[in-house]
Amino acid sequence: MKQCESIIIGGGPAGLRAAKALLESGARVCLIDRNASMGGQLIKQTHMFFGSEKQHASTRGISIQHKLLSDVMRYGSRIEILSETHVVGVYQDKVIACMKDDRFFKMRGEAIIIATGASEKHLPFENNDLPGVYAAGAVQTLMNEYGIKPGHKVLMVGSGNIGLIVSYQLMQAGVEVVALAEAASQISGYHVHASKIKRHGVDILTNTSIKRALGETEVTGAELWKLDESWQGIEGSEWTIDLDTICISVGLAPLSELFQQVGANVEYVRELGGNVPVIDNTYQTTIDGVYACGDAIGIEEASSAMVEGEMTGIYAAHAMAKAHPNESTRLKALEEELAFLRSGPHAEKIRVGYKKRGEVS
Amino acid sequence: MRIKAHPILSFEAQKAVPFTYDGQTLYGLKGDTIASALHANGIKKLSESIHRKRPRGFYCAIGNCASCNMVVDGQPNVRTCITPLKEHMDIRSQQGKGQVK
Repeated sequence: MKQCESIIIGGGPAGLRAAKALLESGARVCLIDRNASMGGQLIKQTHMFFGSEKQHASTRGISIQHKLLSDVMRYGSRIEILSETHVVGVYQDKVIACMKDDRFFKMRGEAIIIATGASEKHLPFENNDLPGVYAAGAVQTLMNEYGIKPGHKVLMVGSGNIGLIVSYQLMQAGVEVVALAEAASQISGYHVHASKIKRHGVDILTNTSIKRALGETEVTGAELWKLDESWQGIEGSEWTIDLDTICISVGLAPLSELFQQVGANVEYVRELGGNVPVIDNTYQTTIDGVYACGDAIGIEEASSAMVEGEMTGIYAAHAMAKAHPNESTRLKALEEELAFLRSGPHAEKIRVGYKKRGEVS
Repeated sequence: MRIKAHPILSFEAQKAVPFTYDGQTLYGLKGDTIASALHANGIKKLSESIHRKRPRGFYCAIGNCASCNMVVDGQPNVRTCITPLKEHMDIRSQQGKGQVK
């Protein structure tokens, strides 16, 4: 069995920054991702980041990806990257099982960092499984990574930042956004994103949701309806729109399967997006030597994932007796960064979620 | 369905990659996944639900939801949304859960 010092599962913003911290500490890193390229969802993010200059605000996600990747690649032989590799098992003796090109193999590490990120949620409505109903982030991948339009006319469901940003990016790709439906009475994402698409003539319909998708083999339309204060559909308020694509942007759920599989304690915290691992203040799960960071421990922005990733890398290095050269000053700075990123009104849910997790663990 | 002009991104001309879909020869581009190549050819239905045989397209594009599973070069349950397209791949719709050889 192959021996590694540290194994990181997931090469997104959290995993890449964890890798960098471990490399700076002198450790060897094996970074695994099921995709062909590293960077996670940054690879398709053509918009500029907000938040903190220290976490690359005002830089496009795609450029951040290049930066994070070159930061780790310069360590040469100490970093090994396994792409298109699926981790199918994590065991308590810090052994992981992988599949790559139909080949099954196992590896053992002194520290394992699980940074698997999140997946987009779906919404229950009639015909929600028709081809043409996509997660908003999936459409972003199709357009910005592969240069393909999802269709000609799109309904966006959900006005969080992903829904707003992807609506704008659909227009940049030359796709018509016919409407954006939001179940709540207010737009939930940043108003700077909402204003941008409103200026381009997109109707943002609050107190509105999709009742059903129309079509036999593919989406040909959508039936919308108004919702009352308790988010129940109002009979008789329905109307239909002809379109060929419906994008669902109703939040993300942490990918927690590997935590459950290894036997780590997992708790349901609604504000953090779903099932999240219980972690201590060094980002270690309840399994010795198994760490977690990024969206996998609670849905936030990529900037927070990067900060958490670096902290996790530093703590994991410390536990392997490989201290980061600026361990204490770096950790203090990163703590302050995180507090800053979680300080705004939009981070209220995250603050509540973390408090709850503190209580459940 | 390919994006022609974009204010931020540039999509350079790529080599055409031939493949077959249910026996019919189609072309994707170098850099495509199987699902993106099919979508560019206007094919949105990638699989069928196991019991009610309802048409399914991709949903998540991160290899997580299993809605895009197809039979590729004889192997079932290939997550086509994250599997790079290769020349002369034999891509087929999958019925049911797929058979392990």
